Amino acid sequence: MANEIILNSKQFELTINRLCYQLIENHSDFSKSAIIGLQPRGIYLANRLQTVIKARTGIIVQTGGLDITFFRDDFRRTDRPLIPSATNMDFTVEGKKVVLVDDVLYTGRTVRAGLDATMTFGRPSGIELMALIDRRFSRNLPIEPNYVGKSVDTIEAERVTVSWNEIDGKDEVILHTTNE
Amino acid sequence: MNKGLSADHLLGIKHISKEDIEVIFQTADSFKGVINRPIKKVPALRDVTIANLFFENSTRTKLSFELAEKRLSADIINFSASASSVSKGETLVDTVNNILSMKVDMVVMRHPTPGAAMFLANNVDAKIINAGDGTHEHPTQALLDTYSIRERLGEVAGKKVVIVGDIKHSRVALSNIFALQKLGAEVMVCGPTTLIPKHIAQLGVRVEHNLKKALAWCDVANMLRIQFERQEINYFPSIREYTMQYGLTKHILDDLNKEIVIMHPGPVNRGVEITSEIADSDQAIILDQVENGVAIRMAVIYLLAAKIDRV
Repeated sequence: MANEIILNSKQFELTINRLCYQLIENHSDFSKSAIIGLQPRGIYLANRLQTVIKARTGIIVQTGGLDITFFRDDFRRTDRPLIPSATNMDFTVEGKKVVLVDDVLYTGRTVRAGLDATMTFGRPSGIELMALIDRRFSRNLPIEPNYVGKSVDTIEAERVTVSWNEIDGKDEVILHTTNE
Repeated sequence: MNKGLSADHLLGIKHISKEDIEVIFQTADSFKGVINRPIKKVPALRDVTIANLFFENSTRTKLSFELAEKRLSADIINFSASASSVSKGETLVDTVNNILSMKVDMVVMRHPTPGAAMFLANNVDAKIINAGDGTHEHPTQALLDTYSIRERLGEVAGKKVVIVGDIKHSRVALSNIFALQKLGAEVMVCGPTTLIPKHIAQLGVRVEHNLKKALAWCDVANMLRIQFERQEINYFPSIREYTMQYGLTKHILDDLNKEIVIMHPGPVNRGVEITSEIADSDQAIILDQVENGVAIRMAVIYLLAAKIDRV
């Protein structure tokens, strides 16, 4: 098993900063925007974006956490946990520009469920997608991100883990390769 | 991480573990969020078909189950005894197997005979949810009652709950006793001697015939309806006398030097077991119970559906 650091903490910070500037460029004052992190790990990216945007612009962007368990397409097909994480959405998305964010974009199935789940909170004027890590060429569905932290080319046997300072003690992205 | 329920059916609270109850509560928390969104529906059960078999009258339980199933995107069929071939002499197993051959995955059944749900679970191939079997159990009611206590008071463990009224004919009482005890609450039953089963103390509950003493002891009072339809003889001289002794009024509550939570499984006989003033007060969580009923039933159906054979 080989581990390769694909983002160290310095690169991690730079990447988040760049993503924030891209959002600021496209959303200007964020008055009609909302950032929604997909549970369980997308919420850390969502909260980080909110913090950095506030530090840069003084604007507090509406930010929520969304669980998509009930919207998955693999109910009764896999052993995924049945019990959802919390959904923290104290706003509706009616007429808003929504940025769905997740740490790793892989098959696209979670995002597909996330799109459906988002729309139960109203009809947004548009939805964009941001992934900190985009595992290219692994998609099961025609879903592409608007904002990407870093793209990696991986095969199925490889795994990407994103560590967050808030829960894991450091910011880091590692690519695990199994030698078989 | 959580893998769901250990039980394969919901036949009664007696048969499920404390852990299962907690899994149901945790899932219901999420569904409570879902039913308060602008769009109150999730697609989780879109390939599941559920039959609601009601061999006994029901309004709110049937509505609540139906709504829960629809909110989960399940396909449903409804069947009630009056419109069925039961009156033509068909047996229960035959009736249900006929329905199952239309590819039904789950059966929600209310039946006047105690044990009917268990019998069905042993004889047909579907997930069974007991929506009330005679005077035996009504598990989803007990789950939503204890869930409502947890919501109002933070937890169920250590709380003192009195169930007042017709304990003898009440499946709600029996299921509530099991659920409350499993979750660590202390239970008392209160009512006229004729409506308290003789050996109920063996279940580990206190028995009290004086309503004021019972209320002074408790944190929560669950006021049951007198089930006239199940009473073949008169268990007390008159409704007026019952109300005098066991009816809950503002006057009695004002005499307590604490605020207790008032529950009622419905339908409420206003002015008999509880006055309108109390039923409509902030102390009463009767309508919360109804809302929580949908969330609890969604949780039970969802968790059992996860145990249907894999696609």
